[in-house]
Amino acid sequence: MNHKHLLGIKTLEAEEILTILDQAVQFKEIINRPIKKVPSLRDITIANLFFENSTRTKLSFELAQKRLSADVLNFSASNSSVKKGETLLDTVHNILSMKVDMVVIRHSSPGVPIFLSKHIDASIINAGDGTHEHPTQALLDAFSIREKFNSFKGLNVAIIGDIIHSRVALSNIFCLTKLGANVRLCGPPTLIPKGIEALGVSVSYDVKSTLEWANVANVLRIQMERADAPYFPSLNEYAKHFGINKEMLDTFGKDTVIMHPGPINRGVEISTDVADSDQSIILDQVENGVAVRMAVTFLLAQNRSAV
Amino acid sequence: MAKSIKLEPKIILNSNQLKLTIHRLAYQLIENHNDFSNSIIVGLQPRGILLAKMLHQIISQKLQKEIDFGILDHSLYRDDLHLKNSIQTLSENKMPHNIENKNIILIDDVLFTGRSIRSALDALVDYGRPRDIELLVLIDRKLHRHMPIQAKYVGKTIDSIDSEKVNVSLQNPIEESIVYLTQTNHPSQEP
Repeated sequence: MNHKHLLGIKTLEAEEILTILDQAVQFKEIINRPIKKVPSLRDITIANLFFENSTRTKLSFELAQKRLSADVLNFSASNSSVKKGETLLDTVHNILSMKVDMVVIRHSSPGVPIFLSKHIDASIINAGDGTHEHPTQALLDAFSIREKFNSFKGLNVAIIGDIIHSRVALSNIFCLTKLGANVRLCGPPTLIPKGIEALGVSVSYDVKSTLEWANVANVLRIQMERADAPYFPSLNEYAKHFGINKEMLDTFGKDTVIMHPGPINRGVEISTDVADSDQSIILDQVENGVAVRMAVTFLLAQNRSAV
Repeated sequence: MAKSIKLEPKIILNSNQLKLTIHRLAYQLIENHNDFSNSIIVGLQPRGILLAKMLHQIISQKLQKEIDFGILDHSLYRDDLHLKNSIQTLSENKMPHNIENKNIILIDDVLFTGRSIRSALDALVDYGRPRDIELLVLIDRKLHRHMPIQAKYVGKTIDSIDSEKVNVSLQNPIEESIVYLTQTNHPSQEP
């Protein structure tokens, strides 16, 4: 992999994705050792700039960086000078003056990581930009799928729920189609963008037939904070028509693997008995997230001098 | 990569000598480790693995028991990561679950500057605190050490100059194996 930044999955080749996944296998071994830390990135300082809320991604990146012995700066917009009116570029330039080598950024506006990459020298990792991309989530999802099935060729993966607001969906679509999986999107018509079939996916509005087809179901959260218009009548209505419960899954007589990027709205897109069942690999996804982010960070750190 | 100057390679060990040497090393290990009940053979990535596997096989056969085996990658512990001399990719680590108080025999093909072994020692102790760590190498290039590191078991010690490269071509079966010296037009890049 010869990139300075990880801005999205769209610009990665299948081979580069597989390189990251292969390296992540080795990093997963490290985080299961008695001493879970290697000294590799002692010379690197990384700033985590979170202009939007996060639990998993922020902790996962921070832990990955610490496991690699990098120095870590954490920044949250909510308690910073952004509130006093400082611009994004001024904020970032000020942080970089403190000799930071790499920036992990999450922002509610799509395109912020790409914009920054044109103005600053540091390596940039996109930790989610609005409704655009969330590349490390797609990589850890792919890693978790590969752990279960070993290969992507011919695998049926359903992405179910709020597609239109989801950067996880878009990055997953890019990632899984590049790797050779069949991707089907499912949700209410109001939450699936028109014309998305152009990305090489199929679309269904029927959750039962989709689950019957799928080897893996990646269930997405209903993003109430991004929903600026009523996309469906009520959460109860959504749960009734698109929510996934154990009783429904059991009727198919097969072990569909259930994934969810979190945070879960229990009882809305997924019921508690599914989220906590043996079919669910939701917590494996979280563990794998650290390994995948170590791999990405290590690979990019070595490419810092790349153009 | 710079091209090698075309010169006749100088053979250090032919396949017969290699066979004898590897068997001799195996017997030396048995002499010191008895039944291997508290010992682990650890091959160093990438080029120590095959030698370690050969020794492991000979010793297991001789003792009629399976002895502990590990694979260690030191690339995250190298002292030149910040210099970005080359892009490092991780190889597999496969160490036994517990190395506390064990006797570790670390195995590599060529001992040159000693830097790989230094980083391997760092990598190893992150798995626990062994009782002792010994080093076994097939070829010791004794004139080029940059670190105070010595092997306890040596296949063959050679004098060589910086621009020479030691090529260890191990094959299983051993009849097709050879160790030879080539001349390059650049100082050796071996770590």
